[in-house]
Amino acid sequence: MLFCATLLVALASAIVIGVILVRGAGGLGWEFLTAMPAKGMRAGGIFPAIVGTLELVGLTVVFALPMGVAAAIYLTEYAKDNWVTRVVRLAIVNLSGVPSVVYGLFGLGLFVIFCRFGTSILAGALTLAIMTLPVIITASEEALRSVPDSFREVSHSLGASQWQTVRHAVLPFAVPGIMTGTILGVSRAAGETAPILFTVAAFYLPRLPHSILDPAMALPYHLYVISTQIPNIPQAKRYGTALVLLLLVLSLNLLAVMLRTHFRRKRSW
Amino acid sequence: MRWRRWRERLIEALIRFSGFSSITLVVLIFVFLLKEGLALFSTVSLGDFLGGRHWYPISDPPRFGILPLLCGSALVTLGATALSVPLGVASALFISEIARGWMREALKTGIELFAAIPSVVLGFIGITVLAPLIRQTFHLSTGLTALTGSITLAFMAMPTIVSITEDALTAVPRGYREAALALGATRWQMMVRVLLPAAASGIVAAVMLGIGRVIGETMAVMMVTGNAAVIPHTLLQPVRTLTATIAAEMGEAVRASDHYVALFAIGIVLFVVTFVINFMADRFLHREPR
Amino acid sequence: MSTKISVREWSVWYGAVQALRAVSLEILHQEILGAIGPSRSGKTSFLRSLNRMNDMVPGFRSSGRMTLDGSDLYAELDSQQVRYRVGIVFALPLPLPLSIRDNVTYGPRLRGERSRERLEELMERSLRAASLWDEVKDRLPQPAMKLSGGQQQRLCIARTLALEPEVILFDEPCSGLDPISTAKVEETMTQLKSRYTIVLVTNNTKQAARVSDRVAFFLMGELVELDRTEVIFTAPRDQRTNDYITGRFG
Repeated sequence: MLFCATLLVALASAIVIGVILVRGAGGLGWEFLTAMPAKGMRAGGIFPAIVGTLELVGLTVVFALPMGVAAAIYLTEYAKDNWVTRVVRLAIVNLSGVPSVVYGLFGLGLFVIFCRFGTSILAGALTLAIMTLPVIITASEEALRSVPDSFREVSHSLGASQWQTVRHAVLPFAVPGIMTGTILGVSRAAGETAPILFTVAAFYLPRLPHSILDPAMALPYHLYVISTQIPNIPQAKRYGTALVLLLLVLSLNLLAVMLRTHFRRKRSW
Repeated sequence: MRWRRWRERLIEALIRFSGFSSITLVVLIFVFLLKEGLALFSTVSLGDFLGGRHWYPISDPPRFGILPLLCGSALVTLGATALSVPLGVASALFISEIARGWMREALKTGIELFAAIPSVVLGFIGITVLAPLIRQTFHLSTGLTALTGSITLAFMAMPTIVSITEDALTAVPRGYREAALALGATRWQMMVRVLLPAAASGIVAAVMLGIGRVIGETMAVMMVTGNAAVIPHTLLQPVRTLTATIAAEMGEAVRASDHYVALFAIGIVLFVVTFVINFMADRFLHREPR
Repeated sequence: MSTKISVREWSVWYGAVQALRAVSLEILHQEILGAIGPSRSGKTSFLRSLNRMNDMVPGFRSSGRMTLDGSDLYAELDSQQVRYRVGIVFALPLPLPLSIRDNVTYGPRLRGERSRERLEELMERSLRAASLWDEVKDRLPQPAMKLSGGQQQRLCIARTLALEPEVILFDEPCSGLDPISTAKVEETMTQLKSRYTIVLVTNNTKQAARVSDRVAFFLMGELVELDRTEVIFTAPRDQRTNDYITGRFG
């Protein structure tokens, strides 16, 4: 009985992926992937949505990675064990629990309106970066902690300062874990819709964005609109969009897992 | 040497600053929500907001009662919890106590894979596959109901529940299991009477985090629950959740209008609710097991 | 012989627990001072106080005075300075997961040495002094983790030597090594004496007898007796010293 319950849960993912794969594979084609949309999305391709997602996600990493790693370094190498640190950790837990649509509201209020960035890739990336921060901090912290304390001790005994020790005896060996965590965070950000609803997303843009202050199309938002608001789009195109997004996210996940296994095997300590 | 000291001080200052960024951001988010949302309460009282039975934001005069939305969120969440907790705990038990070898890895992968699927994709499948199924099974006029939402969300919460419960179960010392079995208990009795209670605080935390995930979910639920802002009577009718309301209506709301600030006020409610749930879940996770 | 390090009334607490009680002694220039005693005697706390490695232990508190060539180790010098001048070799061989070359040059590089020739020169000199040069000179870019335990420990000695310290502390350096490697390390220590002041903490009284010029016996946080090696091992003044050395407890 327990087995059936577990099987149900585990098979659900296989079913979902399978359905999309089967119904969407037909829609994938060179034109679909590389052409601009036409006729209100009934023809043409989703190229700008793909580009938009990639640009958005790339900029998100630029913002989230340095800050996330720095925050993790603070927590593992500098913070003392007191109530302040506990509050910091609590804040991280809460950041990761904030609903994605509330992030969207926040991004709207702060970046789009208050900072006057407007509906733009910049606003969207900043919002997604804050959303991704807890994931990167947690993964980086784990990676930093997995570096043996003896490395730190040796480094200090050779006269290195705290920062020198982090920079030369800890950080280089935590890079694989940090990379894995970042890729996983990025894959999540790529699939998010609610935070970009009000901050960056446009549905039908005939041109690619020129700068980060322009709005952009993005795959998740695109999927949402064509499945709820636009009738008469061929099923193959709809499933095709879902498939492209799914493949993007899953291949990032796969990359992260492969990196993790590879580095675990190569580890010499 | 002195220049290097300066550079180090700067780097360490940046590190400290980043360290506190999480606190800064939480506070910032809350402040911005309040900044916009509190404006609502100059025209609408808190009681009317929280308890009002009518959400007619674009009527004249507009009514901003979120009770139907609260009920919608609550119903969908309850449904999802009722489904996901038994299934999730059962799966966690199976995986940590019974499954072995490749089967265990395959099951774990299957469950974790689900967590990687974006919510908009799940919403898409919900609309195209699940909703018609429900419509046919229950002979309804539309398949976009609270039940559809509950089922979809239940599956979305399950990876969280399974993985944290599994951690909690693995953390129970072997001695407990061995002692119970040595005293003549069957496997089943050992799991239910000994393991589950021992892992109780972890399981409670898992459930709470699952609930937190479900309450905060926007896209999937918006796409499959039908978006009718009325107080629901059964699971088989369309409802609207707090999250879906914000997502669906923000595009139309005029900046700085009452509608606009009302949506921010809903954001405040969501923020506070998920804050409380996550806070409590965190306490449970760090409690000493019995 | 002149005093290299002077210790006056040195006490150490970790939180509420007192590990050392008012230890006073002089460490002489270019001698090998052995510190023996059962576990929890405070000898390791004493050793680590000498290069301020205790600073990083939470709850560490000290009182008293330690001076290196007259400068107060805690009040006048900063910890990095101290560690450049007082190096340490730990009990387990702890190479960093870097190449042999990068391990040895780690200290000087971080201290600011940029010149590649100087770094190579330092590295070769240190590896020779640690009796490791001939064994590794052809594989300097290879990972240090691939060396045997004894070689790794000599690498750690070379690593410490590369900073050209004045004092070298050895914290039970042979505890993880086989007898042959142990002999090599002891031989290295004896050779180093001509240029460095050495303090050796060891659980192995026979090792202390083999290598040290003077021996200090610690018991329960106190310095019980300090004298020339021959005196300690043949005619100790304190009954407790005698009991420890003859194996009555330990």
